[in-house]
Amino acid sequence: MAEFSLPANSKIGKGKTWAAAQGASRVRKFNIYRWSPDDTKTPTVDTYEIDLDDCGPMVLDALIKIKNEIDQTLTFRRSCREGICGSCAMNIDGTNTLACTKFIDEVKDEVNIYPLPHMKVVKDLIPDLNNAYAQLASIEPWLKTKSPPPPDKERKQSPEDRKKLDGLYECILCFSCATSCPSYWWNSDRYLGPAILLQAYRWLIDSRDEETGERLDNLEDPFRLYRCHTIMNCSKTCPKGLNPAKAIAEIKKMMIARQG
Amino acid sequence: MSDSKAQDRPLSPHLQVYRWEWTMLYSILHRMTGVGLAVGTTVLVWWLVAMAIGPGAFDLVQSFLGSIIGRLMLFGWTWALFYHLANGIRHLFWDAGMGFELETGRLTGHTVLASSVVLTVLAWVCGYAALG
Repeated sequence: MAEFSLPANSKIGKGKTWAAAQGASRVRKFNIYRWSPDDTKTPTVDTYEIDLDDCGPMVLDALIKIKNEIDQTLTFRRSCREGICGSCAMNIDGTNTLACTKFIDEVKDEVNIYPLPHMKVVKDLIPDLNNAYAQLASIEPWLKTKSPPPPDKERKQSPEDRKKLDGLYECILCFSCATSCPSYWWNSDRYLGPAILLQAYRWLIDSRDEETGERLDNLEDPFRLYRCHTIMNCSKTCPKGLNPAKAIAEIKKMMIARQG
Repeated sequence: MSDSKAQDRPLSPHLQVYRWEWTMLYSILHRMTGVGLAVGTTVLVWWLVAMAIGPGAFDLVQSFLGSIIGRLMLFGWTWALFYHLANGIRHLFWDAGMGFELETGRLTGHTVLASSVVLTVLAWVCGYAALG
C-alpha cells in the first residue's frame, strides 16, 4: 500500500547555512539534503551560498566546489562529469537528472538538491541502489543464444536490426527514470520500473537474441511489467532523452502479439 | 556501518519534492475519476433498486438527486465519466504504441481535460433543455 508521507526518521528539518564569501558578486543558494549514518540526527537541508562568478556552469561544479572549499563532509557520487557514467543522478529542482549535465542557469531561483526519490539513503545524496541492481540482474541483460555461434566470426546483425537498438543502448542506468515513477515508489519490491524494463526491451528486440519467449515469460506478471500506468514521468525526466514509457508499451504489445 | 544502522536509513523525499508534471496530474486524475465513478455506480444501483421497490423509495432518491447537493454530485460524476472515457481512449492509443512523444503526451492530456469539460457542460445543457 502506498505510503504518501515520509516515515518519522525521514522527516526533513532545517539545517545549517554557509554564507557566501565576502565580496561575492553573483550569489546563488544551494539547498542540499543532508543525512549521515554517523550520528542519530534525522535528515536536514543545508544551505550553501555560492558565488556563480567563481564556479563552473554545472550543478556538479557547484557540488564539487562546496566539497573542496566549504564543507568536506558533503557526500555524493560522481565520476565522468560528462553524462556517460550515470553516477551523479539526483533530484535537482524537482526532477531527476545528472548533476554534471544540468546547467545551474537552467534553475530559476534557489537550487534544491535531494537524493533520487523514494530510496533508502546511504549518506547525503547517495541512494542505496542494491535493489535496482538486483532487478537488473533478474532480467539477465546479456545476449542469450541456443544455436551454435558461427565458427570463425561473430553473430551478425543487419543495419536495420541494429537500428532497432537506437534509443535503448544509450541508457546509462542512472535510475533517474525509475525513481521518478510513482508506481516504482509504491511498488519497487515487485515492479521492475522503467530503467530495467527499457533494458529488458533492449534484449527482447535484439535480432541475435534467441530467448525472447523466456524473457517474456519472466515479465508476464501483474507487477513486474504491468505496474506501468503510463504516467510518463520516466520519459520526461530521462537525462539522455530516451523514452522508457514507449519501450514498456512495446513490451506489452509483444505480450499480446505472442498470444496470437 | 553496522547492519542495524542500515535498518534506520531514511527514505528520500518523493511526492514532497517532485515537480508536478502535466502527465502526472492527468494520470492521477484518471485514477481518482475511476474511484469516483465506482462510488457513483452505487448511487445508480440505489436508484434502480428504489425503482423496483416502489414509488415511496423512488421519490426519496429523486428528491435527493434533485437537491442542490445531489445535482452537484451528479455534475461531478458526469465530468468524471467524460474524463475517464476520454483518457481511456488516450490509453487505447498508448496500448497501440502511439502518442509517447513528450509533446504529444502533454497535448493529448490537455485535449482530454478540455473535451471532458466541454462534454460535461454540453450534457447538462442538453439535459436541462430536454426538461424544458
